[in-house]
Amino acid sequence: MSVLAIVEQRMAGEVLAAAQQFGSPVVAYSIDLPYTADAYAGAVEELVRKVNPTLVVFGHTYQTRDYAPKLATRFGRVLIGDVIAGKPPVFVRQMFQGKFNADVRLVGDGPHFVSIQAGAWRAEGSLQVETFSPSTTSHQVAEPPFRESARAVDLTAADIIVSVGRGIKEKENIPVVEALAQALGAELAASRPICDAGWLPMDRQVGSSGQTVSPKVYIAVGISGAIQHLVGMKGAKTVVAINKDPDAPIFEVAHYGIVGDLFEVVPALVEEIKKNK
Amino acid sequence: MKIAVAIKQVPLRDSPLRLNSAGTWIDENNLSFEINEPDAYALEEALQLREKHGGEVIVISAGPARVSQTIREALAKGADRGIHVDVATLDTLRVASLLAAALKAEAPDLILTGLQSDDLGYGQTGVVLAELLGLPSSTIVMQVEIHPGKVRVKRELEDGWFQHIEMPLPAVLTIQSGLNKLRYATLMGIKKSKTKEIKVIGAADAPPASAVIERLYAPEKNKQGQIFDGDPKAAAAKLVEKLRFEARVL
Repeated sequence: MSVLAIVEQRMAGEVLAAAQQFGSPVVAYSIDLPYTADAYAGAVEELVRKVNPTLVVFGHTYQTRDYAPKLATRFGRVLIGDVIAGKPPVFVRQMFQGKFNADVRLVGDGPHFVSIQAGAWRAEGSLQVETFSPSTTSHQVAEPPFRESARAVDLTAADIIVSVGRGIKEKENIPVVEALAQALGAELAASRPICDAGWLPMDRQVGSSGQTVSPKVYIAVGISGAIQHLVGMKGAKTVVAINKDPDAPIFEVAHYGIVGDLFEVVPALVEEIKKNK
Repeated sequence: MKIAVAIKQVPLRDSPLRLNSAGTWIDENNLSFEINEPDAYALEEALQLREKHGGEVIVISAGPARVSQTIREALAKGADRGIHVDVATLDTLRVASLLAAALKAEAPDLILTGLQSDDLGYGQTGVVLAELLGLPSSTIVMQVEIHPGKVRVKRELEDGWFQHIEMPLPAVLTIQSGLNKLRYATLMGIKKSKTKEIKVIGAADAPPASAVIERLYAPEKNKQGQIFDGDPKAAAAKLVEKLRFEARVL
């Protein structure tokens, strides 16, 4: 099975490692063009027709999500996105927000298109990466990337983080977890829905679109553990999960967990911590 | 302007999910369904754009008969009319092909959808739809500005970065959750929705699936984690002991 790896700076080693596991020969290219979805779909289409691989492998980056489905459609294929394991012809990806895994089997001849999840393969691949810079046309004009104002809160420096998710139910309940953060001398953080709702400011968000943290202890309260959150915190030395759903994916990465109602567990925890001080 | 919003019906958030007997999908018996959350934000954005620029909002959804309920709820929130593509397939390319066929005749100026579904989670339907219609697209959109003949969007990138992209209309955008505040249906809206049109279209020819779900299963449990359950006080005491003596942060 011949493999074409499309390499971005982000996840480069992981993509090369996965490509080398998936088949041989492997050729790897990086695309040297200012990014737009139009331009990249056109460029990689040209490359796929030139190389004629059975499988095309990407990192599951925001860029891949933006153009690779377009590309796959041109070949009558669906991108098997965000895979966490497997090799051709069967790949494993999460569904229902991580509650289930699915074995997805490729059907028909190549080229097929697969993107791998960040952190799912070790970044140990090494291979000569060619540069491809065709002349393409784009209907889109991209402006340079930017950050909103500087972050007021640097969660990456925190030793202990108490992070809150949908389980908190309403804004009025935030003090429940604030008390825990205070008792531990921890920074307060949140999963995306909490920041989306404006219950905590955006600069306290942990996850793929927020901050990536690796504290000594990360306490996830009422967070189910969607992959977009897990990628931001699975580097924590000790992960603690408090959730009422014993099947919540957060327990998969937790070293310690309490299955129960956070409105009972968290106050009990605060009391216990105070006793031990 | 004419705005189409592609929405999907998914199991109600936090529903207890069981597998079907074949282990290939969930058991849908006795489940309640609702609009996929990112699609709700796409609908809200469409309604706000209509308030600003005038025009019409059409909601379209592919799925079995139960989907009409979710379309009706979108009409109650203020969409003008609905299209129900009555089909059972889950395959992204097939669903997008059916949506494309239905929307071609409508020729909307803008098509919005959520960035991904809470069930399959492929996050591709909008982009595939754009490609099938020969339109430009942008994903994970946080902000939409309409200008004469074109649209400028703020796109989310990783780690708190953003980017502005401009493209000609018509275009397809996939909308990130949280870019606006969702409205509730009013009593008047619910009443009005009952007289709004939902056009039902049968499944047309669609390309064959290029991948199939062979098996759906609960992920293997992490054996290393220690779970404390039972009395909250006792569990809290055990956890604090671990934080003190193992993690050593107390």
